[in-house]
Amino acid sequence: MATTKITAKTTAKTRARPRKPKPPVPKAWKLRLYVAGQTPKSARAFANLTVLCEKHLKGAYRIEVIDLLEHPEMARGNQIIAIPTLEIKLPHQVQKIIGDLSNTDRVLVGLALQPVE
Amino acid sequence: MTQKKKKTRPPASRQLRKALTGIQGLDEITGGGLPSGRPTLVSGGAGSGKTMFGLEFLVRGATQFHEPGVFMSFEETIPDLTKNAASLGFDLGRLVADKKLFLDHVHISRSEIEETGEYDLDGLFIRIADAVQRVGARRVVLDTIEALFGELPNPGILRAEIRRLFGWLKDKGLTTVITAERDRPDKLTRHGIEEFVSDCVIVLDHRIREEISTRRLRVVKYRGSTHGTNEYPFLIDEHGISVLPISSLGLDHPAPTERVSTGIVRLDGMLGGKGFLRGSSILVSGTSGTGKTSVAAHIVDAACRRGERCLYFAFEESPRQILRNMRSIGIDLEPWVRKGLLEFQAARPSYGGIEEHLLLTHKYVSAFRPAIVVVDPVTNLASFSTEHEARSMLTRLVDYMKTLGITAVFTSLTAGSDAVESTEADVSTLMDLCIRLKSIAIGGERNRALSVLKARGMAHSNQIREFVLTNDGIRMLDVYLGPEGVLTGSARMSQEGREKAAGTFRRQQLEGRGRELDRKRQIFEARMTMLRAEFEMEEEVIQRNISESKSSDAEMRLDRGQMGRSREADTSDYKKNGRARAARKR
Repeated sequence: MATTKITAKTTAKTRARPRKPKPPVPKAWKLRLYVAGQTPKSARAFANLTVLCEKHLKGAYRIEVIDLLEHPEMARGNQIIAIPTLEIKLPHQVQKIIGDLSNTDRVLVGLALQPVE
Repeated sequence: MTQKKKKTRPPASRQLRKALTGIQGLDEITGGGLPSGRPTLVSGGAGSGKTMFGLEFLVRGATQFHEPGVFMSFEETIPDLTKNAASLGFDLGRLVADKKLFLDHVHISRSEIEETGEYDLDGLFIRIADAVQRVGARRVVLDTIEALFGELPNPGILRAEIRRLFGWLKDKGLTTVITAERDRPDKLTRHGIEEFVSDCVIVLDHRIREEISTRRLRVVKYRGSTHGTNEYPFLIDEHGISVLPISSLGLDHPAPTERVSTGIVRLDGMLGGKGFLRGSSILVSGTSGTGKTSVAAHIVDAACRRGERCLYFAFEESPRQILRNMRSIGIDLEPWVRKGLLEFQAARPSYGGIEEHLLLTHKYVSAFRPAIVVVDPVTNLASFSTEHEARSMLTRLVDYMKTLGITAVFTSLTAGSDAVESTEADVSTLMDLCIRLKSIAIGGERNRALSVLKARGMAHSNQIREFVLTNDGIRMLDVYLGPEGVLTGSARMSQEGREKAAGTFRRQQLEGRGRELDRKRQIFEARMTMLRAEFEMEEEVIQRNISESKSSDAEMRLDRGQMGRSREADTSDYKKNGRARAARKR
């Protein structure tokens, strides 16, 4: 039952507000942040992401940072062109969020989460 | 060793370095290819051949110039791309396996992307850099990078990033082709990225006129280099792209002096006894059914007999049909086909635009390297284009063949009206040898006649010859030239018959007159004999009379004297003077 709800709201534009039973779906959020070297933009993105996860996911997440300069083939395999890109693996799709994640609301939409408050 | 060191290197050319594309004709227009180590924009509407251009640029670079390449596709997937390239005869799979080519499909979909702030395209840079490094690429194609505008938010950032990308590619010294969609005639690209490419811009165009499509290419800009500025037709077929450069600019064809036979003995005779000049262009014109193809077949047959290769473009009949029809006049071309000396290329003229035909002709000719090319008939091509186009195409074709020293035989259908004859004359200025076939209608039948309209650089007969298609090929006959004009066929034969009859009659008449004279002479002579006989008879009679009368006179006198004496009656003067004396005498 929960699964159907998740799939139904995958599109980014969904405006449907109340989503309480989000946590049951992924036990832990698998987040992957692609960066290219240590750039201010990447650092900012990582900081923003950490804050956001601490606030909304409370420990049920794992962030993996991938430096494409070291693993260029991963850019190809995962269709990354923009940096930084946050990749969120959802059960039925992969959502990508690009940019330095300074726009928290939009990150949450991408995460299929809405701010609780 | 020191010598080796000394090996003089040509002074670094001040001129722009260029990278050969290997695309037929393009390198000629651009004077050596695209600017090496710089980006080139290739813009065109949907289906104008941009992707193919990019692909061929890479494939030729990898296979012919030892410059591996990277293809970044923003639209097509790699399997699609490979399939499409296969239609051009390029085996991308092998090039990829040989590490001469790297294909990467950049796929992003807007629905999966959420933008949450500033970003850059470092990911793309890294991908390209990685790909370039993997194969040691010297060439890159971005097809079509503008697709990103549809998928990534914030066009401001994107534009800046694309600009940075082009600069980066240039810094790396990669010869890059960037394709872009052109959706409005007043703009080169949809999102104005031409601003970032200042070195070379090529526009591809695909237009339809009178239901026939033509692709055209134009070098809009080429900084630091001269280039052809015209629109050049080009073609995409199973061997890739060929751009048709203008005809050779100068008129500097070789001029061979070797003469070769046409295969028709008397036609050779009409051409000074030696046939046509090798490498010349021959026009065989005539109305329909005058035997143009047959003349061409003779030339082909003769060439194949000499062991030369012939290429036959048939725009009217299928090869089998030609073989069959020519067999009916005793020319068997099939063995030559089997030997590989003769090749047919048959296509309906409506199959493509005139440029396409021209390009195909070029292609086949350069592949087959024939000594003789037959285009039968060239007029069919012209019917699908304007006169100007047809003429310019023919000029190019003639030039092309001449530079290669190939003899070109064109047959040309004339409708017989004056207007058409003038067009034909137009065409004939390009030709070295014009053979005119004519159908002459006299006495309820049509007969074929042949004349040499012009023959550059050789003596030729000014006579019209009748030619007859026999079971053993073309036979040429003298036409009848008499008081009644030129006669052919039955008219000629009947005229000849009439002449013969008239001659016999005259001869008979003469003979008759002679005989009459003889007879008259005989009669005359007979009459003469008769007259003489009569005369002699009369003469005899007269003589006899004379002598008779003389004697009787004498007798009479004697008698009288005797009588007088006997009578003794009178001795008169009379007696004394005459009779007495006469009597005495006696």
